[in-house]
Amino acid sequence: MPSTATVYRWELRKLVSQKRTYLGLAFAIAMPLLFVLALTLRRHGAGPDVAFGRYVRQSGLAIPLVLLVFGSFWLFPLITALVAGDIVAAEDHNGTLKTILTRSVGRGRVFAAKALATFTYAGLALVVMGLVAVAAGGLKSGLHPLTTLSGTRVSVGRAFVLMGASALVYMLPLLAIASIGLLLSTVTRNSAGAVVGTLLFSLLLQLVTILPGLGGLRPYLLPEQFNAWQGFLRVPTDWAPIGHAAWVCAIYAVVCVSAAFLVFLRRDVAGD
Amino acid sequence: MRVPPQDLDAPLCARGLVKRYGDVVAVDGVDLTVAPGDVYGFLGPNGAGKTTALRILLGLVRPHAGSVALFGRDPLLHGVQALESVAGFVEAPSFYPYLSGRKNLELVAALDGGQAAGRIDDALETVELSDRARDKVGGYSHGMRQRLGIAGALLRAPRLMLLDEPATGLDPAGMRDMRGLIRNLADSGMTVVLSSHLLVEVEELCNRVGIIRRGKMVFEGTLTDLRASAAGAWQLRTTDDDVALRVCRSAPGIEEARATASGISFRAPEAAVADLSIALVQAGIGLTALTPHAATLEDLFFRLTEDDGRAPIPASDAVEEAA
Ligand SMILES: Nc1ncnc2c1ncn2[C@@H]1O[C@H](COP(=O)(O)OP(=O)(O)O)[C@@H](O)[C@H]1O
Ligand SMILES: [Mg+2]
Repeated sequence: MPSTATVYRWELRKLVSQKRTYLGLAFAIAMPLLFVLALTLRRHGAGPDVAFGRYVRQSGLAIPLVLLVFGSFWLFPLITALVAGDIVAAEDHNGTLKTILTRSVGRGRVFAAKALATFTYAGLALVVMGLVAVAAGGLKSGLHPLTTLSGTRVSVGRAFVLMGASALVYMLPLLAIASIGLLLSTVTRNSAGAVVGTLLFSLLLQLVTILPGLGGLRPYLLPEQFNAWQGFLRVPTDWAPIGHAAWVCAIYAVVCVSAAFLVFLRRDVAGD
Repeated sequence: MRVPPQDLDAPLCARGLVKRYGDVVAVDGVDLTVAPGDVYGFLGPNGAGKTTALRILLGLVRPHAGSVALFGRDPLLHGVQALESVAGFVEAPSFYPYLSGRKNLELVAALDGGQAAGRIDDALETVELSDRARDKVGGYSHGMRQRLGIAGALLRAPRLMLLDEPATGLDPAGMRDMRGLIRNLADSGMTVVLSSHLLVEVEELCNRVGIIRRGKMVFEGTLTDLRASAAGAWQLRTTDDDVALRVCRSAPGIEEARATASGISFRAPEAAVADLSIALVQAGIGLTALTPHAATLEDLFFRLTEDDGRAPIPASDAVEEAA
């Protein structure tokens, strides 16, 4: 029986051969470029009114951080959903599920490989966005020391370390969204439906977050967890939102992935 | 229903398979027994439940009842391990359209554990796809995909091959090539189960046949048995077919008596036919014709697979009529 690693490698190869994969990555590249372009065209004036928005002309390192904030509204949910919603449903649609499930690899491993490939893709999109943002931001505003949310300054080297840690924490809600996408993809068997459904779900949570009566839910919804990384950019580091995001996102991910896994293990692979 | 122990090591033994889709019972108590070296024709009209039964055998679909043994192992219990010596596909084989034919085979070989990676070129050669192997499957014709499906199955070096209507939708040359390919597989000692809605195909390729109709098996045996059961059919015309039909139905040894467009047809040994003629006369019915009617396999297939009374007139009847 082939290892999960083998199946995972082939899942990545499939992603590499599909156009939709590059659509998501193109979004991840375009966003920082557009942002820097906008900044260049508006020569003066303040940056956007979000965390680190004030510092975008002071240090290029503030630019990826601003984009993390913007990206959480729909860009990263969209990029993640694009692959997560498709990865099982597309094989249903193509009929290839029956092809791979009648070989020597168990359904559990196929699912694990698909989940890992989905998570890998979400992580890759984040890294690509980050690298392009650092490069474009560096060209625009220079790689200067970064002002933290506590008002202190950190060196460029230290800023990179903090940004790496922030990206890891930012991955938590992304994995939660990817898990929702996997579940919808497995259950609906419809790629477009699962992609749109995942994105709508993520937008719906944002709506609930800003509704006045439902404020009490806020700490348990995903939009809040997309800001947890900012704990790293305070002095001293504020671990509370980070720990909170870890368990909230873990609950979303574990519930959705387990449900999807069980459905995938038992479901019929039949036409229509 | 369980697979009897003596059949546990047969390539394929299925007992009491049931699969329902809502109100439709797609597979309704199907038993299949395939011995080593068999070329087994799984015959039935469209919608009879062939594909669904094959899906159950391949572990793609969970039956509501029944059990399967593939060389003694049940896909429900043992998962893909039950498919160890088994390969095949249901409906048209499906591949990743954005990968080349060769890449698709590399993928399935990797999912088999990688041992077959070195045999990919041979498999492509066998199905005559070597020169198109680098093209994306998205541009393949139906026939090429069908052949790629066979190549993919061959990579598993199976002892049992399950093929779902492999020749359906091919042009005449493609059909001939596909049948030749299957014959070669059978000659190499592989056990083959192939579903079909065409009797001629099964006659040409298979030694054993199972006939399914509306989810139920209506015949399983050798082709010779099938031919033997095609004999013994009779045609009867009388002065009063309604009464005659009642007499036929109550006469000993007379089976499957039914009204047709040209009178009454039934099946019976000769002795019973002699007794029937006397019984008819005693009932005051005059005989205008009582003729043995050599049913073809085709007639038999229709009779087995069509609804009673709604069966189309078999072709040989029409000939008689014209004569
Ligand atoms: N996935 C499905 N959902 C609902 N009905 C199905 C499904 N698959 C098959 N059926 C029904 O089951 C019956 C048998 O179909 P199938 O096994 O495909 O027959 P065959 O392969 O002999 O043509 C048909 O009535 C078909 O409509
Ligand atoms: Mg079919």
